[in-house]
Amino acid sequence: MDAHAPPTAAAAHDADHPSSGVYVKIGVVLFVLTALEVGLYEFTYGGHAGPAGQTLQPFFIPVLLLLSAAKFALVAMYYMHLKQDHRLFSGVFVFPLVIATVVIVSLIVLQAYHFAFARSG
Amino acid sequence: MADHAHALEHGLETSTGLDNRKLAIWTFIGSECLFFASLISNFLVHKRTWPSGPGPFPHDAWVSPSGQHFEPIIEIPLVTLGTALLLFSSLFVVLALANAQRGNRKGLLLWLGLTLLCGFFFVGMQVYEFSHFVHKGLTLKSNLYGASFFTLTGFHGTHVTLGVIWLLTLWIEAFRGKIPPAKSLNLEIAALYWHFVDVVWIVIFPVVYLIQ
Repeated sequence: MDAHAPPTAAAAHDADHPSSGVYVKIGVVLFVLTALEVGLYEFTYGGHAGPAGQTLQPFFIPVLLLLSAAKFALVAMYYMHLKQDHRLFSGVFVFPLVIATVVIVSLIVLQAYHFAFARSG
Repeated sequence: MADHAHALEHGLETSTGLDNRKLAIWTFIGSECLFFASLISNFLVHKRTWPSGPGPFPHDAWVSPSGQHFEPIIEIPLVTLGTALLLFSSLFVVLALANAQRGNRKGLLLWLGLTLLCGFFFVGMQVYEFSHFVHKGLTLKSNLYGASFFTLTGFHGTHVTLGVIWLLTLWIEAFRGKIPPAKSLNLEIAALYWHFVDVVWIVIFPVVYLIQ
């Protein structure tokens, strides 16, 4: 962009990007969430799994997916600047993401149906 | 001619007021979501299918009818290290961008250099992991688990490698002083791609390595 060119919407949004301190804080949160994921695995199925781990097993996948979704959202919102940038960028990203999620969930449901009913029938 | 050169250098202004290059990378990232969704779906369908060859997790060790003993292959500590490196690299590249926008060349070179280092280590980790798996008997041809595993993580690794090459060219440009604040969008576009590679791994890590 030229020094004398009028500021664009994109340039205006650059100024709204978070400070380095916020980026570092987000980095720490991402690291802690990853540690929680691995810790949960270790205490449920890994080398440190015990009787308490068995009680955690029903919650293992939902909690893991929740932690993963939180990390995904933090990176997308703060590091990829979707929180501050123009909404069109969010739309261009989120719309295919919704389709992608529907594809994955549909295949899981289809497989579950196949194993639960189709095979026995 | 001059307008064309200007457009190549600075991007075209659109009716939205947004830079067309940034819109293009977001559209590309959107299409990549669908690409990786198909690979992840494929992996989930074939996750528990290894009628031959080794399986992934500790309780999956087994002895084949021919007496061949197959050890489980997944090594959580190694992959956790790779995951941490990729997460740190995302932090480093966003700090590099912040320095580029402020015109701090030294900061830009430092953080971008650290991003590259993390990227190199991640690719190295994946090369080691793949060779380790092949050594233990899991290849693309072993079973459906192996085929879907190598396809998914291999495509992700290819994306990381391309990202490393892209960021390396930008580091050289920055070293030559060719990324002033007015051109920081060049780095922002590469950083968006790098973050996307990171978020894909955020999904792959639990789905492939942790959920049994």
